[in-house]
Order: sequence, then structure tokens, then C-alpha cells
Amino acid sequence: MTIERVTRKWKNSINVVTIGNDENKVQVGGETTLPFLHDEGEMPHKPVIALEVYDQVPDTWTDSLLETLGDVVKDPVEWAKKGKELGVDLISLRLTKHALEENPTSPKECAELAKAVSDATNLPLIVWGTGDKEPDNDMYPAVSQALAGQQCLFGSATEDNYKTLAATCIADGHNIISESPIDINICKQVNVLVSDMGFPLDKLVIFSANGPLGYGLEYAYSIMERTRLAALGGDKLMAMPIIANIGPEVQRAKEVKASVEEYPEWGSQKERGIGWEVATAVTYLQAGTDILTMCNPEAIKLVQEYIDGLMAAKK
Amino acid sequence: MIVIGERLNGQFKDVEKAIKNKDKKIVQDLAIGQIEAGADYLDVNVGTAVSSSEKKEAMIWLIEAIQEATDQPLALDTPIDAVMEASLKAAKNPPLINSTQADPEQLEKYINWALEYDASIIALTMDKDGVPNDVQKRVALAGNIVVAAMEAGLPFERLFIDPIILPVSAIQTQPGFVLEALKQLQGLSDPSPHFVIGLSNVSQTASENSLINRTFLAMCIAQGLDSAILDPFDDKLMDVMITAELLLNKQIYSDSYLSAYRSSKSN
Repeated sequence: MTIERVTRKWKNSINVVTIGNDENKVQVGGETTLPFLHDEGEMPHKPVIALEVYDQVPDTWTDSLLETLGDVVKDPVEWAKKGKELGVDLISLRLTKHALEENPTSPKECAELAKAVSDATNLPLIVWGTGDKEPDNDMYPAVSQALAGQQCLFGSATEDNYKTLAATCIADGHNIISESPIDINICKQVNVLVSDMGFPLDKLVIFSANGPLGYGLEYAYSIMERTRLAALGGDKLMAMPIIANIGPEVQRAKEVKASVEEYPEWGSQKERGIGWEVATAVTYLQAGTDILTMCNPEAIKLVQEYIDGLMAAKK
Repeated sequence: MIVIGERLNGQFKDVEKAIKNKDKKIVQDLAIGQIEAGADYLDVNVGTAVSSSEKKEAMIWLIEAIQEATDQPLALDTPIDAVMEASLKAAKNPPLINSTQADPEQLEKYINWALEYDASIIALTMDKDGVPNDVQKRVALAGNIVVAAMEAGLPFERLFIDPIILPVSAIQTQPGFVLEALKQLQGLSDPSPHFVIGLSNVSQTASENSLINRTFLAMCIAQGLDSAILDPFDDKLMDVMITAELLLNKQIYSDSYLSAYRSSKSN
């Protein structure tokens, strides 16, 4: 008995978002079908990886990862250059010091750092605030202006804080991450609010918040997948590429934090950290993620291979 | 919902005047306005603005005036064969033929035109005996229409079946027949054709016409209607349409779902 191959033709495609300037640009999105179904539709741009770079040494990360990364974690510019060596597609710069209660950095200093990272790597930038409304809104305009023309991806617009970021990014030509707390209705609402400000839909990337393996991954997966199904089914307000936060989330998992002394049966902490980050990343790729932000160099190499393997099946 | 804007019809005074005076501006403003309000197709009908012998010329003038302002597809609305054929030739983008009855000869001729001109077509569940006074004949005629389309090779996404609504003020049993027919016609074929009604007909000569339109549209959408010829300038009507689809889980809810629907139409 021959089994007929069932393929589906979707109504709508995902927007193509361009991050970066003419020389270093990266494009994501454009899918006309679910991830990696190359014989059903198009996946014109491969999913990309951004290296996570913080403006100070992240105090919640495991020693195991910090040792792997080495001294570069003390200097964001050097850290970002490591991304260049690893062959990542973008740098995901996390600005946090401007929101410190004691001795916060000024918006000008944030801007100088972002510019230095951009100049040193010539890679497209993702720039995140901390989520603290006031310091972020002071920081965004300065950083945005310093990077004008670089068409960066700025995170993030939320339901109760989007106006400053939208206005700033319209002025300087940047893209925006619209963030929602694992809630598809709020995801759509943020996109509506930002687009009602006159911000173009094809410069938005969805971040619907996501946990690592073992911490609500299935829930985030199903929201991501439903977002993508709605988009392909014709909902233009959901038809954005998706970004998933992989590395920093994985650093919060108990299975990654626990030392081998605490749980000898779990084996090497270093390998666990790599495995957890890879497993989380490849799962979200299958849900429709276009941009992964990652920390661990070994995990990055494995996921790069995984993506190349799945894209090689493209005819 | 596939919205077919009804305002470019010579039965409206402003359009009648525009046709008589060859005033393109009025026509083009109505075209653009309806698209902005959410119309997917623009219905074009010269109505009674001119005598029968001048209808073809008036229709072509209307079509060309609209097409100077927009590429939005048109719903060509005339009962005269010769006018329909000329209109099909004048339409730039694949239009919607509005409409054919279910008598075999007319059905065949019109479906062939749809194939020839890459058009979609509205087929009414009525024949030479008029509008059925029950559910059964509507369903039987819809069956004939589907078979004719299938035999001719017209894809069902280009077929719109209209179970025909008559004014509630004249025949109060008719809205119920239409609702029941829509219900029975779901699952008629897979993929399904579209189902459309000329909504304003239900409230003709009634004083609460807008309220009747709104209420009946929501009831029909619940029974599977996915297209309507209506007045997109009636904001409350459009709100009801958007909300009915939301309640049927055809759109993802957000607090701003009304503006979400509208902005996704305009983008």
C-alpha cells in the first residue's frame, strides 16, 4: 500500500527581518511553512545564533561556564570578539549596569560600550535593557542614537512599556523585540500597541519568554508553535520571526547549577551545562525559533552543526 | 470574513448622481473608503441610474474609474449577460462574478466565464421558479451548484454559494430558512466553498435596518457564513463581524482585537 504524502499550503508567510547594516546584515524569517519542512514550503533564511555578552560578569552563572569563557567575561568588547571567533551571527548585548542602585552607568557610557562592541566585531547587534522601566527608558535613546544606521534589534517592548522604545527605534531605524510573558493574547496585544505607534510590523521580532528544559519548556513551546500556526494561517499581527532566550535561562536550571559533588550520579557539570543548553536550543528551533541567544561555546558549535544539518536537507 | 463592499451601487443616490455626471471623484472616494474600512472586494452595480441600453457603457465607466484609483478586486454585479461579459473583459484583477442562478444552462455558461477570466463566482440557490420558500430546495440547489463546479474544474475556493436572504419585513420565515440552510451546507464538500449573503436585503424597508443587519450577520457567521456583501462604513456592523469571528476562535484574542483586525487588514 502506498501512503500519500500529506503536505499543506499555508496562506501567509513570516516577515523577513533584517538586522545589521549593508555590510554585515543578517536576515531571519520568511518561512512559508513549519520549521525545516523543506518539501512543504520555503525556509529561506536559516535560524541564527547570537552570543550573549553582558556589561558585567553575570553573578548567577555557574563557575563552570565562566571558566569555559575565561577572562573575556570581564571585558564586554573582548567577550564579543570571542563571538566573532566562534562564528556566531550576532551579538546579544545585555546592558544591566545602568539599572544598578549604586553607581549606575550613564546612558552615555552605555552608548559608548554598545558602539565599541559594534565596532570591534562588525556583527549585527541585539541590545537588551534590564526590564526596569525608568533606567531602560533613559538608556534607550542614547544607545539607539549611537547605533543609528546599524539597524540593531532592541529589546524589549512590553505591554506597559513600549512608547519610548518604539519612538526611539522609529527615529533611528532599528528593529524591536516585542515581549510577552508566555501569553499569546498579550503577545498579540504588544504587537498591536507597537504597530499603532506607527512602527512597521516587518521590523518586529516576537519574544514570548521561555524557560529551559525542565522548567516549563513544553508550555513555552506550545505558545511559540501556536503563534507560528496563527501566523501561517493568516494572522499578520503574529507573523514575526521569534527569538528565544537560551543560554541565560539554562544557567538558572538546577541540573546545570548543581556540582558533581552534590549529585555524583549526574556526572560532569561541564558536560551537563553543554547538554542542557543544546537540548533547550534544538527544542525551540522545532517550535519555530529564528534567533537563539546562547552562552556556552561548546553548545554553540553543536547547535551550529545541528542547524546546518537540517538546512542541508533543503533542496 | 471576505467582505464585499456594497456602496458602489447606482441604487445609492450619490453613486447614481456620479454615474449620470461622470464624476469619478465620488466613485474613487467610495472605493478607497470602503477598502480602508475593510472591504476585500468592491461590488460594482449601475443600478437604475441609466436606461437598459446604456448600462454596459455606464458599467465600464464605473469599472475604469475605480481601477484608476485602486487594484482591489471587483465584484461585477449585473443580471445582464452582455454587460457581465464586457465587465469581465474590463476588469484588471481576477474579479468576482455576482451572480448566476442555479439553472443548469446559466450555471454552465457563468462557470465557464469564471474559468476563462480567472474569476470567482457567486451562485444563488434559486432557479427559474424564484427564491425557494423552504430549506430543502436551497440545499438541493447548492448541491447542484457544487456538482457543476466540480465537473467544470472550478476550485471551490473560487465558488461562493448565496442562500439568498429576503426582507424580514416581507417574509418573516425566510431568515430561519437561510440559517438552517447554512447549517446543513457545512461539510457539503471538502474543501468547502464560501458562503455569502447580500446582508442589507434582510433589513430592506425596516426602520431598525442597522440593528437587524448586525444581529443577522452574527447569527449567520455562527452557522458558517464566511463572506458577506455589506456596508463596510457601518462601524458597528464591522465590530460585530470581527467579534463574531473572535468568539468562534478564528482570530487570536488580544485586548485591542478590534484595532488588531483593522490594522492587519490595512497592512
